[in-house]
Parts: sequence; structure tokens; C-alpha cells
Amino acid sequence: MITIQVNGTSRQIDIEPDTPLLWVLRDVIGLTGTKFGCGIAQCGACTVHINGAAMRSCSVPIGALDGAKIVTIEGLSPDNSHPVQRAWIEESVPQCGYCQSGQIMAVAAFLKTFAKPTDADIDANVTNICRCGTYPALRRAIHRAANAVKA
Amino acid sequence: MRATRVAPDLSRRQVIFTAGSAAGGLLIGIGMAAAPGGARAATVSNKPWDDKDSAPHELDAWIAIDPDDSVLIRYQRAEMGQGSMTALPMLITEELQCDWSKVRIEYASATRNARENRVYGNMYSHGSMSVRESQKMVQQVGASARERLIAAAAARWKVPASDCMAAQSVVTHRPSGRTLRYGELAAAAAKIKLAKEPTIKTPAQFSFLPRRMPRVDVAHKTDGAAKFGIDAQVPGMVFAAIAACPVPGGKLKAVDESVLSGAPGIVAIVKLDHAVAVVATDSFWRAKRALSRLQPQWDVGAAGLVNSAQLSKDFRAALGAKMVVARNDGDVAKAMSRGARTFEAIYETPYLSHSPMEPMNATVNLQADRLDVWVGSQDAEGALHAAATASGLEPEQVHVHNAFLGGGFGRRDGNDEIVQAIAIAKVVKRPVKLIWTREEDMRHDRFRPHAVVAFKAATGSDGLPTAWSMRIVTSSIFQSVGIPFPPDKAEPPAVDGLVSNGYAVPNQRIELLLKNTHLPVWFYRAPGANQHVFAIEGFLDEIAAANRLDPYRLRRKLLAGKPDWIKVLDIAAQKGDWGKPLPRGSGRGIAICNFTDSLCAQVAEVTVKPSGEVKVDRVTVVLDTRNMVNPQTIVEQAESSVIFGLTAALYGKITIKDGAAVQGNFDTYRMVRLAEAPKIDVHLAPSGGEVWGGAGEPAVPPVIAAVANAIFAATGKRIRTLPIVDNDLRSA
Repeated sequence: MITIQVNGTSRQIDIEPDTPLLWVLRDVIGLTGTKFGCGIAQCGACTVHINGAAMRSCSVPIGALDGAKIVTIEGLSPDNSHPVQRAWIEESVPQCGYCQSGQIMAVAAFLKTFAKPTDADIDANVTNICRCGTYPALRRAIHRAANAVKA
Repeated sequence: MRATRVAPDLSRRQVIFTAGSAAGGLLIGIGMAAAPGGARAATVSNKPWDDKDSAPHELDAWIAIDPDDSVLIRYQRAEMGQGSMTALPMLITEELQCDWSKVRIEYASATRNARENRVYGNMYSHGSMSVRESQKMVQQVGASARERLIAAAAARWKVPASDCMAAQSVVTHRPSGRTLRYGELAAAAAKIKLAKEPTIKTPAQFSFLPRRMPRVDVAHKTDGAAKFGIDAQVPGMVFAAIAACPVPGGKLKAVDESVLSGAPGIVAIVKLDHAVAVVATDSFWRAKRALSRLQPQWDVGAAGLVNSAQLSKDFRAALGAKMVVARNDGDVAKAMSRGARTFEAIYETPYLSHSPMEPMNATVNLQADRLDVWVGSQDAEGALHAAATASGLEPEQVHVHNAFLGGGFGRRDGNDEIVQAIAIAKVVKRPVKLIWTREEDMRHDRFRPHAVVAFKAATGSDGLPTAWSMRIVTSSIFQSVGIPFPPDKAEPPAVDGLVSNGYAVPNQRIELLLKNTHLPVWFYRAPGANQHVFAIEGFLDEIAAANRLDPYRLRRKLLAGKPDWIKVLDIAAQKGDWGKPLPRGSGRGIAICNFTDSLCAQVAEVTVKPSGEVKVDRVTVVLDTRNMVNPQTIVEQAESSVIFGLTAALYGKITIKDGAAVQGNFDTYRMVRLAEAPKIDVHLAPSGGEVWGGAGEPAVPPVIAAVANAIFAATGKRIRTLPIVDNDLRSA
């Protein structure tokens, strides 16, 4: 039995320890905002926060997470009001939207380290794939969110 | 604010909207009001489908108006990020004269379409058709509802309808100033049948459109609430993973099931003709892990000997064969023999995988007299009929709950995942969610075809081409899809981008040979054009370079008499700084195409490092969709198309080895990421008129050509084979 805290709620998970966190979130707990894209930590659609750090949950086994605090897109804010979410809406970033939970979680963690990122910081650290190519809007939204946090 | 410039000499219909890379804001142009704020936007549920396919207070199958004036508008196509779920209801709103902030949108039901004589018409989203194919139809829907509401008010007041007008969900009797809200009129209007259908507005008569409007689905896509097909949750559901024969078309010969005996949580091993699936109780992971322990034996036949190098040889060898004529202007043979110079080149483009971010999946609940399907489909109607056939039920017994699509690009209308899920459900007799792994999705795609084009051209003493011929060898998408087409004619997707060239070359002969393999091929964002525009625009550049002509000016001369093409090309050259100096190692390329009745010209700026690494620095896009509903989504689609095209240009290739696709995930099938995304400037230049052009695809083909041409300008090396990464661009 593994105990994890997901979006503030404690959960007892009884499953094989090699099961990736992604599938615990989606199939066991029923939080479907975190998406499956590649299964090999390439695309980042499954990004969540584990103890505050952005991680690709498809490649993190649940057995390594006993006692961990996990935040998913559903727990980032109660009402879509996190500065990154607001910036995403204001810049109309999502198209198909499938990768955006992961993008938002990656950027929310990134901005904790890079409060006022340069474009080079963004290039080096925001590496999730978006097949719709929302990158221009995404870059604008990162700067917008950084400015909102700063203000 | 997003930079906005309006050319002062242009009329309302020729307004140029410019989306810069500065912080976003309103795009404001002549005749186009600013968008209202978010609070006034129309809405859609995070579950866009309706579990019931009728609503109280319906005027018809499309529109319901509640007593509180809220308006339900049904959207009959698919939403995969292209924004048509916002655009088509905006067109209805234009005619209905309702208050956009009171509009609620949901998917129209494919079951109701089957039951009610196809009241929604075609439901697919492909070919950039969502708006342009149904614009007249939905305008008529809105206009008809408006006139019925006016007629209901006129009857209540006992006044002539011609004295009444409708605006913002209110009917006003002009002489007296009396008003009635739509919510007060809907019940009476629902019973009214008009003696004559009203005439729809021309774009020049629009008052609401074009208008930059936030997409209705955006907020659901920032908090994890938006439901995609893969998110379906059905009580009692089990999870399935599947492995189809690695060689498409191959059959399952045997599988040793004993390796899974006693494995916990395994419901079934399901053997299908071409695949094997494992079904697990509690998670997809359990099914997937168990499936990986099976070692199925396949019967692949001769297809197991096919590889890419041989395919390429075979396609090239077929260039000399007898072909079907797609276009024949003048006398190419005669003109060739009289040319001052002649040119020849062969261009080749590989198989590609669509690779939408959401891998293929379907969830089904098959009962004796009812089948429910949760899926993201580009064609809910096609999905319904495929599901009916696979299940043996009548179409009216099938309910397709179409979700938001995690990307489509042409892939999400094959229905193969739905048919598989139904086959599994028949065995396990429980609701089943089937998910393909990324590897399954990529290797069992229906690919963008491989194509080879052999060009010949003759130029006159002025350097302009007097004749050119193009001989194409590629595979038939129509045969793969099952679309009947006469064998003595050239199927359009195999020749698009070549036959549709706008150049005044007096002698042109374009021919096609379809050479099919065991690999299924399919429509892929901008079919045909996504490979052939690269080829023809590259070949034209070769002619320009050899004859010392400027590539922009050569195109301009060859487009004489086509002011719409020239306008788009000129703006691209101007905004893209054509002719201005660049540092050593950098270059600009230009390209233009006509696709889905839209014109698109682009200028790309690239830098090639001595190591051969290519960096695309900047892309200028000029797009003429003729008319526009929501410039916001058109700009988004242009940006999206550039990135999508860049992935294909720089990296995209599916290699075939022993009959199977080699690349299986994003580590080997590389995608453009944020760091590689160029600065993209989009200029919308709608030229107006009767025709409505598409927005989702026409900016894909030119970027591939413009980048390849820019590489030539930077290095002197001509790209004739994609992807670019396979070309040696190192400096000597």
C-alpha cells in the first residue's frame, strides 16, 4: 500500500509498484486532466508536480512516491485562476488542447525558478511537444504569466 | 497589444490584419469591432456532446431558445483545435441576430442526423470544409429561425412582419417601438412554417462578422476539464491494449496465451484477424504491460520484404511508365524542343505519420439493442456508420458521443480504433476503453503517401519557362479510403499542388501513376499539396537560379493576369523583407500556393550553421481566405500550419524495414519544439467575393517550400528530398 497526497487529498494506492503515476491518476483515481502522449517522457503531456517539481508522470513508478505530494492540473487552482492559466486564456493558447495540461504544469514550475525568464530560458526549459504548434502563443503567455506574477 | 496595421488604401474587404509576435491583444481592423470580453462570450460544456439528442424549446434540429433567452446552437462538425466550433455558431448568430453572450454550443448528434434525413448534412471536419462547405447551410438555418421569430412577433401584435426587425435577441415593431424577447417568442416561432425561405446575407451585409472572438473551448483546456475521447469513464468499464501485426495487412498466426495464465487483473486475451488485444480490469497500464509479454506470431507474406530503399527505387523506376494525364495545356513536346535551355530534376517526399498528441482510442458499450461510442472523431457520422456495420446494429441504435479531439490532421476519421473496440467488446461483453500506445499509433497510422515527381522544363531567351512537364508516382489515397474513382482520371489528392499551380507556363503536361503498396495511405493536412508544393516551388527556384532571375520576380511574372495571387505574393515579399541583406550563412526563400480556395504566400528566413544545422529564424505568412468569420482562429491556424509544416520539412520521415514502420515514438520521429519555433508573422488579406476559402491547411505547403528555397539561398545546396535533416548541409 502506497500513500500519496493528490491535490491535497490523501490516497491509499494498492497496485503494483511499477505502475506509472500517470495511470494511477487517470485510471485508479479518475483524474483525467493529465494526459497520455508517448509513455517515454518525450512529450510532456503527462507533466504533474511531485513535491513541487515538474515531472513526466508516465515514467515515474508509483512505488517511488510513498509520501509524495502531487499536484495535477485539476489542483493547480480551484477556479482556473493560476497566473499561468489566466495567461493561457488571455493569449488563447490551446488549440486541440490535449498537451496543454502538461504545458501549463511545466510552465508553472518553470516560473518558480525563472521568475522573469528570457526567451533563451524558455527555449532551454520548456520542452513539451505541441503538435498543433501553439508555440508562438505559448511563448507570449509565458511572458504574460511572468509579468502577472511579478506585479 | 498585438501590432495591428491597416493599409489605408484598401477597402473594407481587403483589410490586412497583422498578428505580430508582441503580447497579444485585440486585432482591430476597418469594419471589424473589437471582441467583447470573456464575460460576454458564448459557452460550451466541457463535455461537448449531448447525451440526449433533443432539447426543450427547439425551433428545429439546430436551434433551441429557452424562456430566459439563452440560445442552444448545435455544431455539426468536429472540434480539433481549428476553432470551427466557435466559427459556425458565429455564422448562425450573424443571421439569427441573437446575443452571442447567450449562446450555448453543443455537438449535433450523428444519430439524429441518421434518424432525421441528414438534417445536419455532412458532419466531417476535413479538407478545411467545416466553414466553407456549410457556410450557406448554417446561414440559412439562422436566417430562417430569425424570420420565424419575427413572424411570431408580428402575429402576436397583428402587424405586418415587414414592420418588425430583429437584433440582439429582441424583435422590435418599428412603428410603435414595442419589443418581444426571443425567449417569449420561441414556442410560437417553433410552430411557424415560412411560406418562403429568406435570402441569406452576403458577406458585405454582415454586421457581426468578421470579428475576432475568443474560442469557446479555450477555458476548458486550461484546467483539465475538457473531455477528450481518451477521458471517457463508463461504469463497469475495462481497459484494452492492442498490438496489430507490425506489417500492415498481416494476420495473426498464433499467440501463446499461457504466459499470462494467473496474471492478476487480466480479463481476456482477444485474438483478432490482424491483431491481438489484452483486456485488464483496472488500468490501461495493466493491459499494456501484459500485452508486452505476449509474443504473437504473424503471417506477413511478401509484404514483410518491403523496405524504404527498394520502395524508392521502385517508385523512381516507374517514372518512365505510361501514366494518366492530369493536365495538358498546349504542346509540351514541341515547346521543349524549342527551348533555349532545358531543366530536369526529381523530387521525393517520404511517408509521414499524423501523430496527433492524443493517441487513437475508443470506448464502447455494446448492448443487445444499443451501442454507445465515446471517441474523438473528425466525422461522427462516419464513425456511427462504421460502428453500426461492425456491431450489426442499425444506425439509429448507435450513439456516438463525440469528444474534443486531441489533434486530427486527417487521422481521426479512419474508424479503425472503433471497429477494434467493438470486436473486443463482443468478446468481453463489458464496456471497453481501447487505447493505442504511441508506438501503435505511429506504426499503424495510415500514412501520408511517399511521392516522387520528375520535372522537365524548357525556358526561353528571357529565362521564363515556356513548357514544363511533371510525372508523378505516388499511392492512391482514394483506394485506401475506399472512394470510387475512374482509373483513367487523376485523383485530386495525388496531384494537388501541381495541377493547381497558378503559373502562366503556356505548355504544361502533368501525369500520374498510382503505385500502391501494402501500406495504407491517407489524407494528411493539405493532402498532395503538403509534398507537391515543395517540389514545384523548389523546381521553379532552380530555374530562377540557373537563369539568374530573382525568385520573387520570376513568380510575379508567371502570375501575370492574376491580381489576387500577385497581391498575396507582393505582401509576403514586402512584409518578409525580400531582397534586404542578410548575414553570411542566412537566406530567404519564397513560395506560394492555392489550396482549399485560399491563397497563401510565405517568406522564410533561415540560418545554416557550418555544422549543417538549420535554424528557421522567421516566417512571414500572407493568407487570403477570401472571407472570414473569426480572424483570431485564422491567425492561429496559420501559425499552427507553419509549425506542422516545419516538422514535416525538417524531420518528418517514416522508414519502412521488413514491411513495418521503424519509427515508433517521438524519440525517433522528431517534432519541432518551442526552441525551434521561428518568429511567425501572419498577415490576413481576405479578398472577398462569393467563394469561401479554407483556413486550417493552406499555410502548410508553402512553408516547406519556402524553407527549402531559403536553404538554397543560404548555402547554394538544393533540397530535392525531404526531410531536410537527411541532406548534407555542412560547409566545406
